[in-house]
Amino acid sequence: MTESRTVVEMRGITIRFPGVLALDGVDFCLRAGEVHALMGENGAGKSTLIKALTGVYGIDRGTIAVGGEERVFGTAADAQGAGISTVYQEINLCPNLSVGENVMLGHEPRTLRGIDWRATRREATRHLASLGLHLDPQSLLASHSIAVQQLVAISRAMVLDARVLILDEPTSSLDREEVDRLFTVVRGLRQQGVAILFVSHFLDQVYEISDRITVLRNGKLVGEYLADRLPRSDLVSKMIGRELDELEAISASAERSIDRAATPVLSAAGVGKKGVLHPADLDVYRGEVVGIAGLLGSGRTELVRLLYGADRPDSGTIAVHGEPARLSTPRHAIDRGIAFSSENRRAEGLVPELTVAENIVLGIQARRGWLRKLRRAEQEAVVSEHIRALDVRPPDPNRVAGDLSGGNQQKVLLARWLATAPELLILDEPTRGIDVGAKADIQRKVAELAARGLSVVFISSELEEVLRLAQRVVVMRDRRQIGVLDSSSVDVDGVIEYMATEGEGSVA
Amino acid sequence: MSNLLRHRLFWPALSLVALIALNTAVRPRFIQITVRDGELYGALIDILRQCAPLMLVSLGMTLVIATRGIDLSVGAVMAVSGAVALTIIDGSADPGSVGTVLVAIVCGVGVALVLGVWNGFLVAVLKIQPIIATLVLMLAGRGVALLITDGFITTVNSKPLEFVAGGHLLGLPFALFIWVAATVAIALAERRTALGMLTEAVGINPEASRLAGVRSRGIILGAYVASGTLAGVAGIIYSSNIRAADANAAGELIELYAILAVVLGGTSLMGGKFSIAGTVIGVLIIQTLQSTILFLGVSSAESPVFFAVVVVIVVLIQSPRVHQAARRLTRGRPSRPAPELRTEAEVAP
Repeated sequence: MTESRTVVEMRGITIRFPGVLALDGVDFCLRAGEVHALMGENGAGKSTLIKALTGVYGIDRGTIAVGGEERVFGTAADAQGAGISTVYQEINLCPNLSVGENVMLGHEPRTLRGIDWRATRREATRHLASLGLHLDPQSLLASHSIAVQQLVAISRAMVLDARVLILDEPTSSLDREEVDRLFTVVRGLRQQGVAILFVSHFLDQVYEISDRITVLRNGKLVGEYLADRLPRSDLVSKMIGRELDELEAISASAERSIDRAATPVLSAAGVGKKGVLHPADLDVYRGEVVGIAGLLGSGRTELVRLLYGADRPDSGTIAVHGEPARLSTPRHAIDRGIAFSSENRRAEGLVPELTVAENIVLGIQARRGWLRKLRRAEQEAVVSEHIRALDVRPPDPNRVAGDLSGGNQQKVLLARWLATAPELLILDEPTRGIDVGAKADIQRKVAELAARGLSVVFISSELEEVLRLAQRVVVMRDRRQIGVLDSSSVDVDGVIEYMATEGEGSVA
Repeated sequence: MSNLLRHRLFWPALSLVALIALNTAVRPRFIQITVRDGELYGALIDILRQCAPLMLVSLGMTLVIATRGIDLSVGAVMAVSGAVALTIIDGSADPGSVGTVLVAIVCGVGVALVLGVWNGFLVAVLKIQPIIATLVLMLAGRGVALLITDGFITTVNSKPLEFVAGGHLLGLPFALFIWVAATVAIALAERRTALGMLTEAVGINPEASRLAGVRSRGIILGAYVASGTLAGVAGIIYSSNIRAADANAAGELIELYAILAVVLGGTSLMGGKFSIAGTVIGVLIIQTLQSTILFLGVSSAESPVFFAVVVVIVVLIQSPRVHQAARRLTRGRPSRPAPELRTEAEVAP
């Protein structure tokens, strides 16, 4: 394709919410046969722009033209009718229907006697196969992995004859292999002339797949660039509007020396659970950050859930400060000064309808019991201190927590745990799906707290992050602990190499 | 004004006021309150007296619904509590003594509390779905009540018992004091302590609450115990009112009216955020409506339809979708011009 045809043209889009100008005169174009990445920090206006394009939000000013024709989308169905389909991070299909039913929902071939199920299955199989998916259309959607479900969602979009496909954070819960598969499909669609809008926080993936990048900041357009003419550091500084030396400055923290002659804060020996995790050992010392490196499904989350009592181990012993402890529920762990922030922010962390203040004090209040309510003055002090320390935006304790952006929700959860003054903080993917600025804030906070004596177990898919913060890195693969590395003696490639090959063959 | 409109209790309260206004317009006598022998009488006073059983049951239901549950057994628990209390009074040597009646009430409410513990145990400990767990007692409870009364309607003649539903204190019905006391006690227990917030947290996101260390088992169990106990008191009031324990008629369908009251009061059946004041208004709406039926002389054949029609209207008045549609109609066409004006005004300086 030499001259790309413009499919969607948004001009001067302005959307105002009570108290905020969410989008301020933003222009945005999507061209046929191109992958266009929309980049920006949380709260920059990415989701608002997508919601304007998909008819979820009405626009206060500006125009949207699809295929050269000006359109007003009152509902999401209007946008879909115009050929704009969206695949969200949280898949919005019906998990209890079959794959075929999901793909064809509402477009099943019919005969006089109703739906022709045989033809429906055949059509579904054809659509799936065109994306290289060979699934049984009669299998239950929920029985497939998130990655496959995402691909099913894309096939569904293709059934709707989408000219524009919006992929909103499609890769945040996929592992590398699954991402490759998704990208193969995306490249195929690009060949067919579909205009693709891609949103992701993973810079590598953005550069891998995108032809063009548009950057938003604080509801304003920063600019549109060709991906191969925009160096990565320029992109990041355009997104956050400040130079990116901040993350680098944190790196010194990993080089602190840790006193490992003392009794570990937490000591786990042979902790495991049948079918979930092979027995693993872990010692965490005072002031130490222990990273856990491993792919999704390697057992990293399973391990920390067993340590916290979120799931019950069926083997092994745990000692806190040298004393044997039975951590069979989260409460036991909390009472011993252990805090755990789940990787699944929305399902297992936030209480979205409660306010920021209530979410922050929930941990303390749970510990005190319902009878001893935190006094108003104490509550205000705790809440305002943590909102300030973590730079939660907007700094309004009475705002409903579910309305905050992902990064700020994560800060609220971190605040909840820090407010309980734990001795050991377990963070499972605390920086997933959040913007660079919030990521830096959280990393800096972790480094600072560890320097003051807090012990931390830090899980992240981003190995740079793990190596930057942790003194030791536990490496996991296939639900098994395969080794512990000293972070000063390895780099990212070293960890990847170790993760991929160490112990290969010895496990039969 | 717009703050008032957005207050979550505005539409429920407006519905109640509209209902009272409608009655008054048809018959001005409706809002008259007369004083006889130092006691207040009138249609409104009757509403405040008669709503007591539904009020108590609905308060309990609010707490249960806030935890994402539901308690279908409240009507049956009312029957059991009334049966226990009246059987004790009936069997005693002196049915008219205050002591006997107090013992009987404590026993009746005590049994109701135990039934609440049973429901709570099934839901919070055995993790049975609330609708199924409480259905067991809903179906079995009336059988238990019939066993207690030997299959008869136990009638008693006891002045202290009659006082519970029919007596006056300081010129006002005694039953009013019971439900006001219960409301205040629950509101204080929920909002002065952290119970309300923890209950909402458990109702909104049980897994997040568990991982945050909230002891949700105790909170959920407590809600069912409160619901059972309050239903027990409601059963006593009901029996006092008819001076009999009627295992079949006591609290019949009250679970559904209670759910209706909770929803009218703005608490979502999905659990989480709840409003005690909203439930009070919801109950008053239902009770006023039932008085309206009597007051307007709607025939008994027509009354269910009348009730249903008014409930549908009240629900529509409260629906955010209807509000949107109404706004669109009154402003002519759409929201588009309005925000644009606002934008210009605010951007100008």
